[in-house]
Amino acid sequence: MLLAILAGFILALFMPSLIKGLKGKSTIAVALLPFSLFVYFISFLPRISAGETIEFHWDWVPSLGVGMDFYLDGLSLLFTLLITGIGTLVFVYTSSYLKGHQYLDRFYAYLSMFMGSMLGVVMADNIITLFIFWELTSISSFFLIGFNNDSEPSRKSALTALGITGFGGLFLLAGMVTLGFITEEFQISSLSAMSGEIHAHELYPWVIGLVFIGAFTKSAQFPFHFWLPGAMKAPTPVSTYLHSATMVKAGIYLLARFTPVLGNHPWWNTTLIIIGGITMLYAALHAIFRLDLKGILAYSTISALGILTFLIGLGTTAALTAAAVFILVHALYKATLFLITGIIDHETGTRDVSKLAGLNKVMLPVGIAGLLAAVSNAGIPPTFGFVGKDLIYEATLHFDSMAWVLTGAAIITNVALLFAGFLAGIKPFAGKLPKAYAKVHLPPAAMWVPPMILAVLGMLFGMIPPLVDGPLIKPIVSALTLRTPDFHLHLWHGFNVVLALSVATIATGIALYFFIKPSEALLGRATRFEAISPHSLVRGLGRGVTWFSEKWTNFLQNGYLRYYLITILSFLTLLLAYRLFLGVEIYVDASTLSEITIYEAIIVTIMASAIIFTVFTKSRLAAVAAMGVVGYSFCLIFLFYSAPDLAMTQFSIDTLTVILFVLVIYNLPKYLNLSETRDRIRDGLLALVFGALISVLTLEVLNETVEKDISTYYAEQAYLLGKGKNVVNVILVDFRGFDTMVEITVLAIAALGVFSLLKLRLKSIEKE
Amino acid sequence: MKTIIFRTASDYLLPLLLLFSVFILLRGHYLPGGGFVGGLIASIAFVIHSFANGLEKTRNIIKFHPGFLMPIGLVFAIGAGAAPWIVGQPFMSGLWFDDPFPVIGMVGSALFFDTGVYLVVIGVSLTIIFTISETL
Repeated sequence: MLLAILAGFILALFMPSLIKGLKGKSTIAVALLPFSLFVYFISFLPRISAGETIEFHWDWVPSLGVGMDFYLDGLSLLFTLLITGIGTLVFVYTSSYLKGHQYLDRFYAYLSMFMGSMLGVVMADNIITLFIFWELTSISSFFLIGFNNDSEPSRKSALTALGITGFGGLFLLAGMVTLGFITEEFQISSLSAMSGEIHAHELYPWVIGLVFIGAFTKSAQFPFHFWLPGAMKAPTPVSTYLHSATMVKAGIYLLARFTPVLGNHPWWNTTLIIIGGITMLYAALHAIFRLDLKGILAYSTISALGILTFLIGLGTTAALTAAAVFILVHALYKATLFLITGIIDHETGTRDVSKLAGLNKVMLPVGIAGLLAAVSNAGIPPTFGFVGKDLIYEATLHFDSMAWVLTGAAIITNVALLFAGFLAGIKPFAGKLPKAYAKVHLPPAAMWVPPMILAVLGMLFGMIPPLVDGPLIKPIVSALTLRTPDFHLHLWHGFNVVLALSVATIATGIALYFFIKPSEALLGRATRFEAISPHSLVRGLGRGVTWFSEKWTNFLQNGYLRYYLITILSFLTLLLAYRLFLGVEIYVDASTLSEITIYEAIIVTIMASAIIFTVFTKSRLAAVAAMGVVGYSFCLIFLFYSAPDLAMTQFSIDTLTVILFVLVIYNLPKYLNLSETRDRIRDGLLALVFGALISVLTLEVLNETVEKDISTYYAEQAYLLGKGKNVVNVILVDFRGFDTMVEITVLAIAALGVFSLLKLRLKSIEKE
Repeated sequence: MKTIIFRTASDYLLPLLLLFSVFILLRGHYLPGGGFVGGLIASIAFVIHSFANGLEKTRNIIKFHPGFLMPIGLVFAIGAGAAPWIVGQPFMSGLWFDDPFPVIGMVGSALFFDTGVYLVVIGVSLTIIFTISETL
């Protein structure tokens, strides 16, 4: 099972060479990967429908409670089938849609990486593993949205999407860690048993708040919805796969997965109903006025995600059933519509719905798929969409409070969605064919067969609900409610309120379709309030942050080494002085200090004169040499106090430093006196004050009682454990060997930095 | 700085200092010394040579870019750390041969680790110094 999840990542590695090997021919073969995974997962169907769950464990970081634990129940199975099934069709579709594209190899690599991460999300049984795969989907989505990386809007949208979903991901991590902190349990499947304990915990509001932000950003809920329309800059297969059928549903999956754990609490339900309700209404109304086919579909997808959040918020068995059915319904028809949009765009070169008409004459099979999808979207019998919509009304009507308000909201949303579906699925194909498109022809079968399959499935499931009822929907509902459900999906429920509502919805929607003609004017009216929309606010925030950081950087990072030093030293001085001012007693016990020997006196005199010479000399080289003298004198002091290792190292380092200085300074013009006297006095004062403070500090350290435990331990154990007599060296290579390893790595990185910076500069100078 | 005395001396100093640096590296486990100091001494040896004879001559002696010593050294250090895995011990546990080798003395994973440090230090300091002196 681990292999099935990681297959996508493994294949992504080899994808570039694989596609190059195929040389543009039969790239369709790549679709074998998702297809074989689809077959693999569907082989679990009988066991899952029988109420079994399949588990897989592999320890990863046991000390942190992180494991590659996977878990397959009804909910995961539905998602894995959607991911691999629609994945197969998208892979096939892409082979034709991006035929001969320069970066087709990359595209497939990203797609399979995404598929792997998404499978990981829906099957993870460990909350940390879930988060890791969750972030991987965000990252692969970033690459896919920005696939056309030479277009600026494309890059910007990719960044927005990554920013929003990555931001949410961090909140999710915080939520997961908090949850783990409360329960000390990282296994999702064991968490539901602790539901009561979690509800009673004082951190519960924090957990759900954080999880909500994670889910809402991913699933494009208001007010985080705006990244999704932007993400439509991606090639159509990506929009189909990520932004309608799978990735955006990850948030929904998360909410559904945690319903048994965190749900059934007034805060959980109310928040989800309100946010879901706002999203579904807001986005549905926006969808009506769009002209770009993909824009219409993007907003209707947001609205559908809103419906799902809303249904999970209702939380009754009926609502959860409706959610399970609607996930499938929506994936089927929305993927179809996206694929069709891709075909239209590919063949006619436009996605403007006001210009498109009559394409039935030239691409009938595509038109049929569009019609089926639009009808399923509208919920007209006998489609699967009808079953789904009935269940939604059923759920809202029987809710305890405000049933009519909720039902009303659902009806308005559905009417608008129906209208949007008709615009995308029927409008481009109906009516008279404009002359401009007379030469348009049917695309290769690899492009029109995938949407056809999805559309026909949507019809088939509607006519014969038992196909999905027992095997798929029931295990999901039992996973969500932890009870065995006792219902059957029906196409026909008899004459009742729900049917009446359905008829009313369909009638209003169709009427709207004939009255409203999409146009620029309407679009303008809908986007009038753009200035206060969340998108603009976030953009403004982004600009503000950039502005502020620019000012801040220009103020502090002025590029002059002397000002950096002044800033650092004065800050330290202030900090130390403040601490001392607060009343640290300075007390030096002269009796504990050793006597001053004649050697030390001489060394200190040499050092002092070297320093004075450095300050007043007129030659740079002499100054450097004098600094070297100071360094060597230090070595002698180390030697006096029996630290030969330190002395040796200091000696070599000093030699190298002087050499470096000489190398740099040798080529500078000879100077006499560049800084003004005023500057020199300022620097001198700062240096004196800082030096004095450090001296005080050093004296202060002497007063602290030193813990000798560690040094005694090292001294005793150096030979026993490290087999060495030089304790310093044993510490470096054995006791703290790990530190040393990281340090030499840092050194190497620094050298590379110096090398590349100077070489780069050299090259640019050579160019001039 | 290319006086004849300095140049002649540097020709003898280079091998002597390099030998000395290896000596310092090997004795590090028992007496003052070690990979870090050893590496610094070796780089000083090369730097002195380049001062006396010019950078080109020194480069010809080394044959390859000193920067390559950094990854080699890192591989040594990490390899020495990972070697205990082969015998089923945790990362970085010390492994030792039972009997001392002639001249070198006791050999263990710590020595390989220190050799890694030695190589990285030479690589880092020579890369920085050579690059700077070339650029200016």
